[in-house]
Amino acid sequence: MGQILAVGAKEMRQILRDRRTLLILLFIPAFFLLLYGYALSFDIRNVRLAVQDRDRSTHSRELVSAFVNSGYFALVGYEDSDAALERLVDQGQVRAILSIPANFERDLRLKRPVTVQVVIDGDNANTASTVTGYARTLIAEYGAVEMQALLATPGSKLPAPVVLVEPRIWYNPQLRSALFLVPGLIAYISMITAVVSTALSVVREKERGTMEQVRMAPVGPVAYILGKTLPYLAISFTSAVLIVFAAMALFDMPMRGSWPLLLFSIGLFLVGAQAQGLLISTIADTQQVAFQIALLSSMLPTMILSGFIFPISSMPTVIQGITYIVPARYFLVALRAIVLKGADITAFWQDLVALAIFATVAMGLASLRLRREWA
Amino acid sequence: MGLSRILHLMRKEVLELKQDPRLFSVVIIAPIMQLAVLGYAATTDVKDVPIAIVDADRSTPSRDLVHRFETSANFKIVGMPGSTDEIDRYLDRGEAWMAISIPANFGQAVTANRSATLQVVADGTDSNSTGVAMGYAQTLIAGYTQDLAAAAMPGQPVVALVRPEIRVWFNPRLESRDFMIPGIIALLLLVVTTNLSAMAIVREKEVGTLEQLSVTPLARWELITGKLLPYAAIGIIDVVLVLVVAIYWFEVPMRGSIALLFGMCVIYLMSTLGLGLFVSTISRTQQQAMMTSIFFFLMPMIYLSGFIFPIENMPAWIQPFTYLIPLRYFLVIVRGIFLKGVGLEILWPQALALFAWGATVLALATLRSSKRLG
Repeated sequence: MGQILAVGAKEMRQILRDRRTLLILLFIPAFFLLLYGYALSFDIRNVRLAVQDRDRSTHSRELVSAFVNSGYFALVGYEDSDAALERLVDQGQVRAILSIPANFERDLRLKRPVTVQVVIDGDNANTASTVTGYARTLIAEYGAVEMQALLATPGSKLPAPVVLVEPRIWYNPQLRSALFLVPGLIAYISMITAVVSTALSVVREKERGTMEQVRMAPVGPVAYILGKTLPYLAISFTSAVLIVFAAMALFDMPMRGSWPLLLFSIGLFLVGAQAQGLLISTIADTQQVAFQIALLSSMLPTMILSGFIFPISSMPTVIQGITYIVPARYFLVALRAIVLKGADITAFWQDLVALAIFATVAMGLASLRLRREWA
Repeated sequence: MGLSRILHLMRKEVLELKQDPRLFSVVIIAPIMQLAVLGYAATTDVKDVPIAIVDADRSTPSRDLVHRFETSANFKIVGMPGSTDEIDRYLDRGEAWMAISIPANFGQAVTANRSATLQVVADGTDSNSTGVAMGYAQTLIAGYTQDLAAAAMPGQPVVALVRPEIRVWFNPRLESRDFMIPGIIALLLLVVTTNLSAMAIVREKEVGTLEQLSVTPLARWELITGKLLPYAAIGIIDVVLVLVVAIYWFEVPMRGSIALLFGMCVIYLMSTLGLGLFVSTISRTQQQAMMTSIFFFLMPMIYLSGFIFPIENMPAWIQPFTYLIPLRYFLVIVRGIFLKGVGLEILWPQALALFAWGATVLALATLRSSKRLG
């Protein structure tokens, strides 16, 4: 215990000497949440729309205003020639085209089916599929209104069964993407902060040659590892809690579950992340390599393989298997369950166990590596 | 002369790089592995939506409806709980995204041409995917209703009056992979090359060899060039490898000119490596350099560049800042060349901005390094 404290105190002095690093670790995470929490959103509004109105009738104008009034589309202008429209899309000035055929109004009056064309720039597949959905819904709604107007004539009622859907959305009824993304950001930012804080700690001593001195000192590898981790754990924990508070204050993130559970899950996750950093630090021989491995193993995988942005259940099976070694995956399940769903521990205890296993294995491997090096 | 001095410095850098063979494997192999995994994972296509169905009716119509969910590629039934109370558990644990409950009188109502109501409960946590999944469910149920109507009124066509015909340009299959992979390429190059060069000068500072370098007749720009070129070589190898994986393994359609794409990648490397060198000159220790490059440059660039989150969605006060991000321009260029097949006639503003960015940051790095050396 005394050994751990001694190593911890030495590490703490070193941290305090490097003010920039300390300030970055403590406050930048909360600042990032603020910035990204506002910047990132899947809610798509004001898609730039060009209209090719070949009918120029009351009905066609009604359809255009249905698009504009929905808030999903912003009208850039009317354009008749196909070539000009194509150019607008190529240059990215317009992301969608609504094309209404001539005789639109006449066909509607004659109760003939008409086809309205919508062209969508698919270069962002993500946005495009959402925009496709909006367009389909808007046209279907317009069609339904017209159909009702037609059916309203002499006592017509469809002599067929109708199946209605009564949708209900739990946990996030307004479907605000912020509620989905903010917990993900918390996990992401904490992960990066924790991994990079320890990734250089051991290798720095190796590179500077101070490792020899540490080896001579009466400190065992386990005590050394723990002493190296604890000061950073304190820092990362503080900054993670700051982010959680910031999320609640700024983005109305609810807190429906229990605080002790939340703090415990955060702690467990951070220990694992820092153990990963330490392991990297014991494997690498130079800080440059440690830095590379730290980033490559945390930055993109935590963003893409954790369920932060891309749903895991939609990934191919092999890739789903790989996600089991990404600790943020488990933390996100626990975090969302506690914060958004107010679930108790029975809903996510497996994930906490997985986090504990990850932390133990990474910590154990790091001590082993170090022991072999010291022997 | 200048050239031979640069060559000597480059030789020294290469020798240093060789000291740590692990660096090569990390820098060359890791990006390919990452691209291979992330390329598959980064998909916004929603499929196999896990769903739980409570069938309180157990009639022929209800079984028909369940069967439609079963055979749909969009859904995967993960459970058929006996009562609606059990729905909570499925949603709380995240095992199912959506639960449908079919009421007890469903079959009766449908056969009697009355209207029946299905309750659909969805987990709104993942707002985007839930929206898409809801759309799938609505469409499936609407199709079911239409078939019921067609059966009730044989001979009469049941068509919606106004039909949407939606065409998606450039990516007609709406394959998000085609969109994501060019982005991942840009990101991987950024992460790998910026980090490489971020350590380049600060390492000499930390080890104390920068003093020695400063007493040699090496000029500042020669120092920067000599440091830059070996890393640029590694960067170019990375470019070739990731492009090969993207085009031949993932078969991302390549509609534009490969030569142009390659040239643009080289200009992009200039800005990523230059950025790393700049960070290296403003840091005292390698740890500082790492923190600075991750927190002040890499993370903001990744999130604010439009890689996943469209810039148009961002609040107006954030949007101007995105013009400072070279990744923003490069993303437009890679996606433009890959998916739209456009050339410099359209992409020249982005190419110019990217070039200007690289030149500026390299100049800044050179200036900063002069202070340290002088």
